[in-house]
Amino acid sequence: MTTVTATPTDDRVATRSATATIMGRPEVGALIGAVAVAVLFLLVAPAFRSVGNIGTILYGSSTIGIMAVAVALLMIGGEFDLSAGVAVTTSGLAAAHLAWFFSLNVWVGIVFALVLSLGVGAFNGWLLHVTGLPSFLVTLGTFFVLQGVNLALTRVVAGGVSSNSLNDLDGFDSAKAVFASSFQLGSVEIKVPIIFWAALTVIGAIVLLRTHYGSWIFSAGGDSAAARAVGVPVTGTKIALFMGVGFCAWILGMHNLFNYNNVQSGAGVGNEFIYIISAVIGGCLLTGGYGSVVGATVGSLIFGMTQLGIFYAGWDPDWFKTFLGVMLIAATLVNLYVKRKADAR
Amino acid sequence: MNAARTSAARAATTHAGESSTYDGPVLELENIGKSYGNVHALRGVNITVRQGEVTCVLGDNGAGKSTLIKIVAGLHEYSEGTMKLRGIVRQFGSPRVAQAFGIATVYQDLALAPLMSVWRNFFLANEIRKGPFLDIPTMKRICAEELTKMGIVIPDLDRAVGSLSGGQRQVVAIARAIYFGARVIILDEPTAALGVKQSGVVLKYIAKARDAGLGVIFITHNPHHAYLVGNHFVVLKLGHVALDAHRDELTLEQLTAEMAGGQELAELSHELRSVHPEKVVLPHDAPGGIEAPELDPNELAGMEDV
Repeated sequence: MTTVTATPTDDRVATRSATATIMGRPEVGALIGAVAVAVLFLLVAPAFRSVGNIGTILYGSSTIGIMAVAVALLMIGGEFDLSAGVAVTTSGLAAAHLAWFFSLNVWVGIVFALVLSLGVGAFNGWLLHVTGLPSFLVTLGTFFVLQGVNLALTRVVAGGVSSNSLNDLDGFDSAKAVFASSFQLGSVEIKVPIIFWAALTVIGAIVLLRTHYGSWIFSAGGDSAAARAVGVPVTGTKIALFMGVGFCAWILGMHNLFNYNNVQSGAGVGNEFIYIISAVIGGCLLTGGYGSVVGATVGSLIFGMTQLGIFYAGWDPDWFKTFLGVMLIAATLVNLYVKRKADAR
Repeated sequence: MNAARTSAARAATTHAGESSTYDGPVLELENIGKSYGNVHALRGVNITVRQGEVTCVLGDNGAGKSTLIKIVAGLHEYSEGTMKLRGIVRQFGSPRVAQAFGIATVYQDLALAPLMSVWRNFFLANEIRKGPFLDIPTMKRICAEELTKMGIVIPDLDRAVGSLSGGQRQVVAIARAIYFGARVIILDEPTAALGVKQSGVVLKYIAKARDAGLGVIFITHNPHHAYLVGNHFVVLKLGHVALDAHRDELTLEQLTAEMAGGQELAELSHELRSVHPEKVVLPHDAPGGIEAPELDPNELAGMEDV
């Protein structure tokens, strides 16, 4: 019998190249998509090339992106929120109705809306925890409940399908300045939600990648039993994520309210899917445990560019939804392909 | 020393009502029972775990081993008896509480999030922070050091745990538990899914954990592995303690016999005698009842080249 004098070193796993590491990031697919969409519309839509329209495109993206950031974090945490679209409307209506009905300072309504939005998020998370049902089902329930409440209460309070104007109430001007003002940056008009969007993206990305809460979120979505077993407060993490969606719904709801001066009670239905699609294009897995906040933001940018690009190109805007569907499937395939390539290297 | 170590050390020193000079057994289970509705998974179990010793808990499938660890690890609450940690009766409400009292657990199903990187998994729920942010370089360095001590080298700690082999994953989970386990470490069948060499590595680390003064609870159904490192042996059978003996009072043969259920093994060997284990039969070439599928010439094309 021969003796082995030296154990061979394990050379089966080589270090990955820098390209592979970059390609392995979840947001790569979204970036490729964003460049492709930008090039397409730069070619076909002359108005798309004007610098002044950057502000408009960013604004359109921000109204999706503010929510997509929170929804992406929630999806990484392994859950869905189908009530995210109508929750925005609920928040706006809550502030408008309360302030108008009692003729209060609008800031009272704004604070009430914040508490309500966080409450709806916490309720979703709590219901998920106590029932053990899939979040898809629980939030589908909240979606219908909120939709009904929006329509019914608006009929009761304002006697119609939209909230009453708030512009003669105290605090309206300051609230408008906070939630719906704009400023010039060169020839580009920057509306305030763009700032919120950017700030939320930065905060979301830092929380996810640079704080321990990020690890908790990844693990809660990746394997909640394992996470709980090593001591991650999974229930609390998920409730916090739902409340994060509520918070973002409040920001966007307040913007909508003070930008248009009223809120349509039927608005917001269907937007939850746009948020989810943005997150998925940005690299979030439907099964949780993987994804990127920056990716979701790029996903929103793709939608913002498409919405306006179709308009600038003079196409029928009815095609937007079709484009959405194609984009979703294409992006998911690209993500899968890129991930497989990166893993194989 | 780094932040995580000191926090673990803090957990290890004193808690409310504990004396710092306690030198009895670190963990005592007295008459512990657990029922799920009308199913009594555990009844009247007494186990004493001392620091610096390996206590092996053996048992066949369904003997109640998993229920037992879940109680100690804080995933389940016991319904009868008392559990004393350093002489004080405790009922852990959650794994986090158990961890804070210095009980670390490595589960059979590994308890790692597959899509998360190795270092994130290693420090999950015990992250080292610099202010509000993660101290990633320190965590990666410590993770690499601890894994190297365990005898595995993972060149890219950003790699997802899901891409590691089963043995590597087990070692990551054990290294993590040893690193953070202040007093008691529970290992749930750590060698069950491993090859011979990696089992050896794991057993070596069980001994190292003991030398470091930890109380080790080693759950296994392999008496050979248990006997290589164990100081004390508890055999569970159908939720009861069937044997509770110190190493001096027991030989490997007795342990194996007890584990295999003595009488039951005799019956089994009697049954198996009729299959003639020494027999070798001729290869089977008689046509069976099912025809192999006929391939058409297109599908066969190219086969000849190979």
